[in-house]
Amino acid sequence: MTRSHLEPADELREDPGLYYPWPYLNRPKIEWPGGARLAFWVAPNVEFYEIDPPQGPIQPSTLWRKPPDLLNYAIRDYGNRAGFWRMLATFDELGVRASVSLSVAMCDHYPEIVEEMVARDWELFSHGIYNSRYLYGMSAEQELAVIEDVRRTIHRASGQTLDGWLSPALTNTPRTIELLARSGLKYALDLFHDDQPTPVKVPSGRLISLPYSLEVNDWTGLHTSRGTPAEYAERIRDQFDRLYAEGAESGTVMCLPLHPFLIGVPHRVDYLANAIDYILGHEGVWHATGREIASWYLDHHYDAALAAQQAFAVEWA
Amino acid sequence: MTVDAAYLHYAHRRAAMDHDRYGRDNVFAREPVRWPGGARVALWLVPLVEFFPLDMPLNAAPGGMTRPYPDYWNYTLRDYGNRVGIYRILRALDERGFRASVAFNSRAAARDRFLVEQVTRRGWELLAMGVDMGRIHQTGVDRATEAAWVEESVGTLRRIAGTPVAGWLSPAMSESFDTPDLVAAAGIEYLCDWMNDDLPYWFSVRPPSGPTRVAAMPHGHEISDLKLIADYGHTALQYAEQVIDYFDFLYREAAEHGGRILSLPMHPWLIGVPHRIGALERILDHVAGKAAVWSATGAEILAAWRGQARERHDSTCTDHPSRG
Repeated sequence: MTRSHLEPADELREDPGLYYPWPYLNRPKIEWPGGARLAFWVAPNVEFYEIDPPQGPIQPSTLWRKPPDLLNYAIRDYGNRAGFWRMLATFDELGVRASVSLSVAMCDHYPEIVEEMVARDWELFSHGIYNSRYLYGMSAEQELAVIEDVRRTIHRASGQTLDGWLSPALTNTPRTIELLARSGLKYALDLFHDDQPTPVKVPSGRLISLPYSLEVNDWTGLHTSRGTPAEYAERIRDQFDRLYAEGAESGTVMCLPLHPFLIGVPHRVDYLANAIDYILGHEGVWHATGREIASWYLDHHYDAALAAQQAFAVEWA
Repeated sequence: MTVDAAYLHYAHRRAAMDHDRYGRDNVFAREPVRWPGGARVALWLVPLVEFFPLDMPLNAAPGGMTRPYPDYWNYTLRDYGNRVGIYRILRALDERGFRASVAFNSRAAARDRFLVEQVTRRGWELLAMGVDMGRIHQTGVDRATEAAWVEESVGTLRRIAGTPVAGWLSPAMSESFDTPDLVAAAGIEYLCDWMNDDLPYWFSVRPPSGPTRVAAMPHGHEISDLKLIADYGHTALQYAEQVIDYFDFLYREAAEHGGRILSLPMHPWLIGVPHRIGALERILDHVAGKAAVWSATGAEILAAWRGQARERHDSTCTDHPSRG
């Protein structure tokens, strides 16, 4: 186990220690507004990758070539020059109000894109400064500085509060989640342990883990799983069908995470539109933002869920 | 602290790109481009004629040698493309009256002048694609060495073909930070490596003398046989369906937003084999069935764009804010 990306005092644990065991059986019923079965949220990752990023203690992927890695840099820039605008037109047509996983440096590099999102009242949440700057190796003070930078930048661009967090390139330190809670955020997306929101165990604050998804993420569906656009759309519909069915018993959450550089390429756009149209065509789907789902859960279900989970942990310890 | 304080400083965080090659832009905020004859889509077919030396470094490029020397497996499969596969492609294009820009490693051209002549006799374009697939332009190659590769690539191709060579495609789509400057110094007018746009745009270069900009042309890497068939493992039919979907989308979009380009790179060792060539023919038949399609070389597409770009885009190497 290399430790170069950890603080010297960091102890290694055998589990994250961030949530309670909680079997997907006989849980108290989650009720969404209007009696909806499923809360559906769409989370495009609007990102900026640097052409010559500085090296941190860990570089996450061998997929990248030495800078300038055109193959990777240019296709991501395609997402901002072309793909984003196709995605935007599709969302407008379908009435999608997105929650944006934002590399906040986009507010500097591509202000026109951010203005379009703000004008539509989309939620902006944090995906770090750049998707090429990782949290690995940071001290708590450095991570707090990043959180503060993100908060200020999002507020300046949109007037919005910073409520949600997906770490840049999904890089974490053992402190990230706790620091988010201390900074007053409402929801974290780096944990993939459930299809329903869950309280996160933090020393201070009220933080939940909101279901994001690597399974129906276009990065997974189209790229790492090498699906065709048709196969990816089928994956989205299958995921929805099951969560929608289960939502009759207790409310579920489906997140559709996207990347304009993948889904905004011409041969894929229509498949996305059809899949979203399919989902929104169902009764009992609450199309909301991450912030709205998290707020509803915190107001109506958090306390009961926390008490029930703590009781379960005691009973089955 | 294990992360240097400098890691939290962002020197290029500004209302521009994080380099000075081109400005940020939005494909949909531009004046519509008009292609000759009112075409909606310019069809730009780009077969790649690559030479993978048997003694090249292992794993240097997709399609390269991966097994202990002598890797006959990989060498001969790639060579098959240039002996057999390319002629199936030429035939498919000829039968439908389509033109192409054919990219050559200069070693491939020097080793096969017959094939070069097949391209020039059709009046098609040749693109320079480096020396061979073992010589990858990337950070770590010193500038003098890279300059010599560029000179050998472009010079050899011009000599053998006896035609101008205006376009550059880097082997394996890999560039160093110097590549655009070095190829511009060799008289290259457009780059094919930057797949960040659907249309040409101006790209700043810093040659010792001569023009200070070249054009960047789109590159259909996302729908290439290399990506979909070799990398993603899709079937030939799935490949054809995706390229057709891509074309249909552009064809529709062009009606509202102006001319588009279907750039289709193709590797004879992939699409030129018997069980896949039908997929290419299926794509070409579909495209041929549409009225508003212009089959052209890269240089021809660029000339059409440049004629209009001169009217309005002359200074787009500085930042060009988009509208919504």
